[in-house]
This record gives sequence, structure tokens and C-alpha cells, in this order.
Amino acid sequence: MDINWFDADYLPWLILFFPLLSFGIIVLFTAHSRILSQVVAMTGVCVAWLLSMIEFIKVVWASDAELGKEVFGSTVDWMTLGVSTFKMGVLVDPLTAYMLLMVPLACLAIFVYSLGYMRGDPHNSRFFGYISLFAGAMLTLVLADNLLMLFIGWEVMGLCSYLLIGFWSHKKSAYQAGVKAFMTTRVGDVLMLAGVGYLFLETRTLSFRDILYDEAVLEKLVNTPSVLFGGSAAALIGVLLVMGTIGKSSQFPLHAWLPDAMEGPTPVSAMIHAATMVSAGVYMVVRMFPLLSAGADFHNGDFSTPMIIMGLVGGFTALFAAVLAVGQNDIKRILAYSTISQLGYMVAALGVGAWVAAAFHLVNHAFFKALLFMCSGVVIHSMEHGEQHAAEHGHDPAPHAEPDGLVMDYVAPPNDVLRMGGLFRKLPITAITMAIGGLSLAGFPLITAGFWSKDEIISEAWHGTTEGYPLALFVLLVLATAALLTAFYTARMWFLTFWGKPRTAAAEHAGEGSQVSWRNLWARLRRRPAKATDPGEQLTALQMEIPLLVLAFLAIFAGFIGVHTDFPLLGDLDNPLHEFLSGTLIEHPPVIDFDWLPVLVSVALALGGLAVGFVLYGIRPLAKAQVDPTERALGPGIWQALQNRFYIDMLIRRYVLRPAEHVARKIVIEDIDKDTIDGVLESVAEGFIWLGEAFKRFNTVVIDGVGDGIPRAIGDFGSWFRQVQTGRIQQYLLVVTLALLIIGALFLIQVG
Amino acid sequence: MVITFSGVLTGILLTPIVAAVIILLLKDESKEQARIVAALAIGFTLLLALGVFFGYNVDEANAAADAGDTYFAYEDHVKWIESIGVSWHLGVDGISAPMVLLTSLAGFCGVLISWGMEDRTREFLAFFLLLVAGVYGVFLAVDLFVLFFFYELSIFPMYFLIVIWGWAKTREYAAMKLTLYILIGSVVALIGLLVLYFKAGQATGVYSFDFVDLHAAAQAGAFDTPFFSGSDATTARLWFPAIFLGFGVLAGIWPFHNWSPDGHVAAPTAVSMIHAGVLMKMGAFSALRVGVQLLPEGAKAHLPWIVFLALINVVYGALIAFRQRDFKYVIGFSSVSHMGLVSLGFATMNVTGMTGAGLQMFSHGVMTALFFACVGMVYDRAHTRDLPSLGGFVHKVPLVATAFILGGLVSMGMPGLSGFVAEFPVLVGLWKGPGFLPDPGWLTSTFNYYGTIALLAVLGIIITAAYILRVVGQVFFGVYNEERFPHVTPITLYDKIALGLLMFWLVLLGVYPRLMTPMIESGVKPIVSMLGG
Repeated sequence: MDINWFDADYLPWLILFFPLLSFGIIVLFTAHSRILSQVVAMTGVCVAWLLSMIEFIKVVWASDAELGKEVFGSTVDWMTLGVSTFKMGVLVDPLTAYMLLMVPLACLAIFVYSLGYMRGDPHNSRFFGYISLFAGAMLTLVLADNLLMLFIGWEVMGLCSYLLIGFWSHKKSAYQAGVKAFMTTRVGDVLMLAGVGYLFLETRTLSFRDILYDEAVLEKLVNTPSVLFGGSAAALIGVLLVMGTIGKSSQFPLHAWLPDAMEGPTPVSAMIHAATMVSAGVYMVVRMFPLLSAGADFHNGDFSTPMIIMGLVGGFTALFAAVLAVGQNDIKRILAYSTISQLGYMVAALGVGAWVAAAFHLVNHAFFKALLFMCSGVVIHSMEHGEQHAAEHGHDPAPHAEPDGLVMDYVAPPNDVLRMGGLFRKLPITAITMAIGGLSLAGFPLITAGFWSKDEIISEAWHGTTEGYPLALFVLLVLATAALLTAFYTARMWFLTFWGKPRTAAAEHAGEGSQVSWRNLWARLRRRPAKATDPGEQLTALQMEIPLLVLAFLAIFAGFIGVHTDFPLLGDLDNPLHEFLSGTLIEHPPVIDFDWLPVLVSVALALGGLAVGFVLYGIRPLAKAQVDPTERALGPGIWQALQNRFYIDMLIRRYVLRPAEHVARKIVIEDIDKDTIDGVLESVAEGFIWLGEAFKRFNTVVIDGVGDGIPRAIGDFGSWFRQVQTGRIQQYLLVVTLALLIIGALFLIQVG
Repeated sequence: MVITFSGVLTGILLTPIVAAVIILLLKDESKEQARIVAALAIGFTLLLALGVFFGYNVDEANAAADAGDTYFAYEDHVKWIESIGVSWHLGVDGISAPMVLLTSLAGFCGVLISWGMEDRTREFLAFFLLLVAGVYGVFLAVDLFVLFFFYELSIFPMYFLIVIWGWAKTREYAAMKLTLYILIGSVVALIGLLVLYFKAGQATGVYSFDFVDLHAAAQAGAFDTPFFSGSDATTARLWFPAIFLGFGVLAGIWPFHNWSPDGHVAAPTAVSMIHAGVLMKMGAFSALRVGVQLLPEGAKAHLPWIVFLALINVVYGALIAFRQRDFKYVIGFSSVSHMGLVSLGFATMNVTGMTGAGLQMFSHGVMTALFFACVGMVYDRAHTRDLPSLGGFVHKVPLVATAFILGGLVSMGMPGLSGFVAEFPVLVGLWKGPGFLPDPGWLTSTFNYYGTIALLAVLGIIITAAYILRVVGQVFFGVYNEERFPHVTPITLYDKIALGLLMFWLVLLGVYPRLMTPMIESGVKPIVSMLGG
């Protein structure tokens, strides 16, 4: 067979092949060499990125004739069982193409960043092998043309998350977090697999083209009664698939693994939170949306069961996680809860049928969340340095000893935002890029990508609400509240980290001698003696900061492709995304009418949240031990007056914020998350352990008892019976005589 | 009286026996020569088995299946004891060809990893070769007398291997337990087999143990007549449980499974590999060949409740594995759990599920051989299998850790590895259920019986992931205890070859299942067509 691998139909195979090849080469051949492994991994991901760009351009060109109708792909038979054939294949339609724009690029950025971040790690090669596999699995998932291949990518990613979260496996907490991630997501995976199997039995195929692009198949699924729980087959399959997403994308109640997943190295967090893992869950429901919404006329308020579940679960998760994020002091944990919350936005968006908006937010979120995590990695690196310095010189030591194992409320000192402050001067580039990422997350109006996608979701929910759909109203309310909180906690995190003065000795010495400074590089260029003299460290600075800049650019500009056409001025950009992506669905999703009200609400919420954060943490940054310098300078009189002007501040602090923080920390984190949910999970786990123990006992006592008992009984009988054989002739004769007598008597009775 | 004779299969069967004799003739000190002879002998059978595997003609087999005939490749058929209808009839079909390959793989790797064994090496290897020959005999036999002969033959070296070279603490108990369980099971099955022999003889006038003849008799309805006159219980219905469960004892079916974990643990490493990897398949294979294939009506009547036992196997074995403190017991109970999936696959009575079961037999065989090899290598270094005292072995024996984790991923059904391509069809087949309604009407009238079983079996897969990760965490990760295990030697080249060979097949089959699926399917089709599915 003559295959032109650069044909758009076959090129996708190469895209996913190269990172997987890198993994194979690293594991089998280059594991001993750090440099070689890095080169292999970088080559793999670079090639994947380049090929993805080529593929993307081909799709866009092909789409000019008739948007989205041109779908590239090819399949091979993988396994045939009787009449069933399982196939492997790739498919590139506009949705996949859009993902190809994000996934390889985000991976590439994370890989480059890892070169710097993992520099000193002894298991560097292993790390690059694993993340290559991770990237390859995600690309397999995105390019798959059928659910089975998607599932393969899905599961391999679960494995990678386990390996990478627990990468520092000598730390008990890291290993436990890896297991927790793997097991929690696996609960969802297994339910999803049941859905995949059921779908296969009903349709005899798992190909997206045969299922999602064929109204007859969907129709049939809707009209088939389901085998369990009533309802239609389509609904049951849909619900099972959504369960997969609830696990993978960390939705309530399977969200608990994600905040602990930060036990892994920071590039891994970026990988999991942005480019791969959690995005995969949302991608799957976006991909399967025609099936999930089958039989429901959601434009007219008739939502299918999977959609209602997505709306409720996603909406609730968005708000719940946002509240939790407010009460965190660990910088990575704040970001982790914010990821959960943002994923909730996407899932809820699908629940109300905002398909394009969900995909749009998925990609934008990936860009800014990867950025935020990588920034937090720089901050932590720099703080680690400071903590080390502080420990060496005996300045305020870390408050807690590191616990043995995973403890929910333990904050590692370098991650603690309360121990930071004033890092802006040490890490200017990071501070600025993190501000950009944070503004995008908060949905700062007009200039950030996050604003446009979040606004679109809220607009769609608003649209549904005006039509009088209760689900849309619920989604609108929770997402709006969550948007306010998002803006607030983002501001809080940024100001506590970068603003004001260092609050601990560690923060004061943070980043000293560390690599992250443009000034050093600049000095080097001008041949002045740099602060850090190791030339390798300058390279590290570049490796870690260039990805930040690239992603910061995307966190701003990735949003302009999806601006509503009726938006003043920017509407002239023509909203190419909607038209492009719509080609994926048979029935083009309608563009809802432009409405000022939701836009203004979005703007107000974002700015409101940011403003509260700014007032509380920006205007008067938290100081070391709360000795406010302004008070001394102005004297008590004026100070009192000023104090009175801030009654509102105090009121907010006392009656809104403190109770809110109290609720977040005390009730939600400690009572609900730790006691109830973890409690339920733990008691379920304990139930199983108990059952295992009971079975073990049963196995020993009853089954082995019977199994061993019979031979023992035979043995006992034998030893008892042995007593008959005494060896005394007299006794034998006695028995014989008695026996003869009895037989004779019986004989006489018979005859007589 | 040679009817056909290609010699390949007889060669596979006799080579280990000849080698065993040669080894016994060697001098006591010539341990190295004994090892080389053993490795060459099993290596030679491995090559033959590969030849049989790749030379197997699937199209011919399918054509025969479509015509309703039995099909065996590479037949050796020589008249033997004509007075009672016994012949030396060997052959492979789509189900047994992979099993022969599996046996040679596990046997070859077993010899490699026991290279360092110094205690009565010659005797050990001779018994080991005899054991392997017995297993070959079962998989190759077409004549059921031959099958039975080798079935018993494989138990006797097993007893000595465990009693002499086993783990001192439990070896006598375990060896006795194993022998008794399997012998009693096989006697029950033998009585069933004799019933079939006489029933078929009465019906057709030809008294023969040859599977082909019995199969023809079955097709002619010889076993569907009432067993006692005046009762409506047919031979098939009455005797199916005896044959299926009698052989099923060796497949570890609940509640007759307890010989297996004890036996696995007590046996020396190479024997555990054969024991869990191949011997249990022998039980499942015989139950399928003699039970299901000859008594389809009995299968239809009884498998719908036996599927429940299989489900218990899956979940129960996994839960107990989760609570073990002994490394080897975890793997022992995992075999109980995974063999349940094989029985579940049989019980689906459709092509998808039964092909999955065939794949699972191969996949589990390789996987569990790999597991036991890893356990043995860790035990040889740590001299303890107590999980809480181990830890950090990834730093000392990285390849063993990699192999164990790979095996673990196979066992939890990770896509891309052989476990997934085996378990997925079993579950899909189970969800689909058999092509007919199970006998007791309430099973299907009230709820989806097979679908529910499938969902519950999935639970076993989740628990599998839990106990595998637990063991990986306790043995390979965590902190290494330098004081307790100060001198750890790296694994030898032989060990590496064995691990590599086993891992290779797990990955190969996972990525390219078409290597084996058409073959197994061609073996399953005639069974399913007799079941009417």
C-alpha cells in the first residue's frame, strides 16, 4: 500500500506517533543519559507541534469551500471478534483542529519549561519519558475517530497522572496523591467503559462518524429502552459517559484528587490542569455532545438527562470550588480549586447547550491555566531558595514539620501565600505574566481571552433564562456568583504573593541567587558581571520564562477569534470560531442574539471581584505581623479618621469576608469536604476493606474449614477406628464370636 | 496403524520427556549441563510451538467451522489400544494453539529464572520437564483418554516439586491440599467422561475416546436422551456440572479455589509460574473442551448459574488479594480473581465473550508468570514477603519493578496491553448475554441478569487496580531499608531475558491483538454454533 504520510488523512498518525516514539526511545535506550532523553523528548513534541500546525492549516484551507464538511481521517481494523470489528482511526474535523491548536502548543511550552524546572532532578530522563507518553496519549485521545481509541488515550493518561503525581515516590504524600488520582478517576473510567460497551452493543460501532453524524443512529438510540433504570439507551449511555468526565475533569463528587495532584512537580500540574488530563474529560463530552443531547430539543427548553446532570453537577462544582479557592493559602491549591471551578463552567455550559462556548473556554482556560501554574512554579522555586536560606540562618523557621503522608490542610512553607509578599521586585516577569493569566482567569473585560469565553457561557445561560428554562436560570446564578468569587480570589492570590513587603525572612531572601531574572541576562549581554555566575542558570531562566511569555500572549489574544459579531468594534473580527467549529455538528448551533445585559453583568462581576481584592490586599497589602507604617506616620487622630472611612472595609471584612472565609475554611473545607465527602469515600473504602477481611475469614474458616475438615474427619475416624486393631487375639476372637452370634440370631429370625 | 502423522506435536510432547531422562542419566555434579539440556529442550519446543502458532491456517479452520466439522491442525493420529477405542491422537485448534505457545513460554522462562537453583538441580529440572510435558499433553490431546492421562501426569511431578523444593513452612500442607482437590475434581470429571463414552457408544455403536467421534455423537444427539429411563433429565443436563466443575477445580472456580493460592505460595518460583500461568488454564481448557463443547445442552442449562460463581471469583478474589500481607498471596488470589474472568467469558456463550476468555487465558498466563517471576526475584533478595517490611526496591532492581508494574497494568485492564483486549470482549460479551434466553425464566423476566453481572464484574477491575497499586507502593516505592537488606545483588542476564520475553508478549498482544483473535475465534466458532448462539 502506498501511503503519503503527509496527506491530511494520514498526517494525524504521525502527530501522535512522535511523542509516543520519544517515550519508547527514552525508556528503552536513553534512560541513562539526561541530555539525550531531553533531546529526544523535545524533538518528539516539536515535531508533533509542527505537524499539528500543518494539519490545522490544511483543515482551514479545506474548510474554505464548505466549512467543516471536509473531515480528514483514516482507519485500520484492530481486532475482529465474530461480527464485531474494533477499529483504530484518526479524524480531524474542526473541533479536533481547534484542539490541535492548543494541545501540542501547551505541551511544547510545558516541555521547554520543564527543561529548566527539572534541571536538578536525578530522575530527569524518566520524567521526560513520562511526559512524552502523557502528551502522546492526549494527542491519541484528541485525534481518535472512535470511542475505543479515545478510551485508550484516556486510560494511558490516567496511568501517566499516577506516575507523574507520584513522581517523587520517596515522599509518601506524593505516592498517596498519585494513587488517589488514579483510583478516583478510575471509578469514572470504569463507568465510562460500561457506557462505551453498551453503545457498541446497540450500534455495532464506536466510530464518531457513524454515530454522531448519523441522525438515524441517534434516533434509534433514543427510541431503544435502556437495559437498566428505565429511560432510553441514549440517556443511559450519555449518563455513563458523563460519569467518566466527572472523574477525569474532577467534578463534584469526584473532585478530591485534583487539589492533591499538586504533589507532583509543577510542570506536571500544568500538564494535568491545562494541556491534558482534565481537558480530556471536557473534550470527550464536547465531542459526544450530539449523543448526550440526542432526542432533546434543548433550544426550546427540553433538556436530555445527561444535559441536566451536566448542568447541575457543573454549575454546583463551579460555585463550590470557587468558594473553596477563597479559603486556601497554598498557591497551587488556589489554582487547583480554580481549575475545578472553571471546568464546572464548561460542563455546565454543555448542560445548557452552549457547545461552542464550552470548547472556546476549554482552550482559553488551558492557555491561562498552564501559564498560572508555571508562574506558581517559578514562585515556589524562588521561595524554596528563600526558605533554605532562612533555615540556614535560623530566621523564622517553617511553622510545621512536614507530615508523613497526605494531610489535607498542610501547606508546604514555600507554597504558602501568607509567607510571601513583595515578590514583585524579585520576579518581575513572573509577576506580570501571572497578572495576565490571573486577569484572564478573572475575566477582565475586553483584553483577556477568559473574558470572551466566560462571557459567552453566561450569555447563553442568560438567553436560556429569558426563555424561562429553570436549568438555565440555575446555571446563570451559580456561574455569576462563581465569577465574582473567581475575580476576588485571583486578586487575593496575586496581591499576597507579589505585593507589599516580604512578610517572612524566606520571602525576603526568595530567589536570591536563583535563576529567574532578566536583569541577570541583560547584565550578561552587556558583559557585566551578573549576580548569578553559573552560565547554566541563565539558560534556565530563559527556558522557564519564554514559555510564560508565549502563553501570556495567548492568554490575551486567543479570545479575539470568538467575539460575538454584534459586539461594537471588536465584532468586526467576524467571530470565525463559531462558524468554524459549527462545521463539526450536523445541526449548526445557532448564534444567539447579542444582548448587552449579560455582557455588562460579566464586566461588573469581574471588575467587582477584582476591586474587592484590590481594596483588601492591594491598597493596604498585608504586612509582617500587622505593624502598619501608615499609622505611625500620620498619628492617632488622622489615623482614626481614616479608620472610620474604612468602616465599609471593616464591615466587609467582619461581616462578609470573615464569615465567608469561615464558611469556606471551617464549614466547606473541614466539614463538607474533609468530613462528609472524604468521610463517605473513606467509609466506602472501609466498607470494602471490611468486606475483604470478612471474605478472608470466611475463606479460612468456612471454605478451608470444609476443605480441611473432611480429610481431618476421615483421619480422625481412621485413628479412632485404629483402636479396634489392638493386636490381642482374644479380643479379635471375642468380636468374631459376637458377630457370629448376631448373624446367627438374624438368620434364625429370618428363617423362623 | 498410522492414519496421519506430521510429528510436530508428538515432538513437542516427547522432547521434554526425553530431556528429563537425559538429565537423570547425567552425573550428580553436572548441574550446568542439566540446565543447558532443559533450556535447549524447552527452547526447542518453544520454536516448534511458534511454528505451529504462526503456521496455523485460520481460513481452513473457519471453513471447517462453517461446515459444522471439527478441525485440528498438525494432526498425529495413530491407533493405539483399539479394544477400548483409544488412539494416539494429537492436534491443535484455535483455542489450544495459543495455549501450547503459552506453555512453552512459561516453561522456558521458568528454566531461565531457576538457573541459580543449586538444591538437587537435576531432579528439579527432570520433574519440571515432566510437568511441562504433562501440560503439553492436555493441550495437544484430541483423544480424551490421552488428555486425561496427561492431566493426571502433570499432577504428580507438581506434588514432588512443591513438597521437596517448596516453601518450608507450608509445603506439605499445600502440596497435599492441591493434590487432593485436583484429584477429586478429576475423578468426578473422569466419571462424567466415562458416562459420555458409554452413552456415545450405545447410541452410535462405536466405543471411542476420540474427541472427533464423541463430537459427532454429540451432534447426533447421543447425549440429549434421558439418562434414566422415565426421567426427563438428559445425559447432558445431568452430567454437565460434574464435568465442568470437576475440571473447573483446576481453574480455581469458587468455592473450590482454595488449593490454588496455597499451592502458588508454597511452590518454588518456576513452578508457581507454570502452576498459575498454565496449569489453571488446563482446567479451564478441559472444562471447555469436554464440558461445553460436548454437552452444549448442559451448558445452556447450567452456565447461567455457574456465571454467578465466576462473578464471585472475580470480586471475592480481588477483595481478598487486597487484604493480604504476604506478597505472594496477593498474586495467588489475583489469579483466582482473573480466572473468574475466563469462566465469565465461557458463560457468555457468544463469540465475543468466549474469544475474550481465550485471550484472557493467554494474557493471564503470561502476566501471572511474570508476576511470580518478579515476586521470586524480590523474595530471593529480601528473604521476606511481608509487605510492610519491603519498600524502595525500584532503586535496587528497576527492571523487576518495571515488569511488575507492567504486569499490574495488564491485570487492571490498561488499554494498549493484552489485559484490555481480553477483558473488554469478555465484558461486552457478558453484557450482550447468550443468544438465547437462559433457562429459568425469572432470570430475564425481572431484570437484565447478564448486564448486572457485567456491571458487578467491573467492580472487580476497580479493586484490582487498588490492590496492585497498594502492592507496588509497598514493595517498589517508598523508602528502602538499607539496614535490613544491605547486600542486594542485581538480577542476572537470564532473569532479564525471561522478564523481557514475557513483557514482549503482553505488549505485542495489546497493540496488535489480530495476531491471536482470528485464531481463537476460529476455535470458538464451532462451540458457539453448537450452543446455537
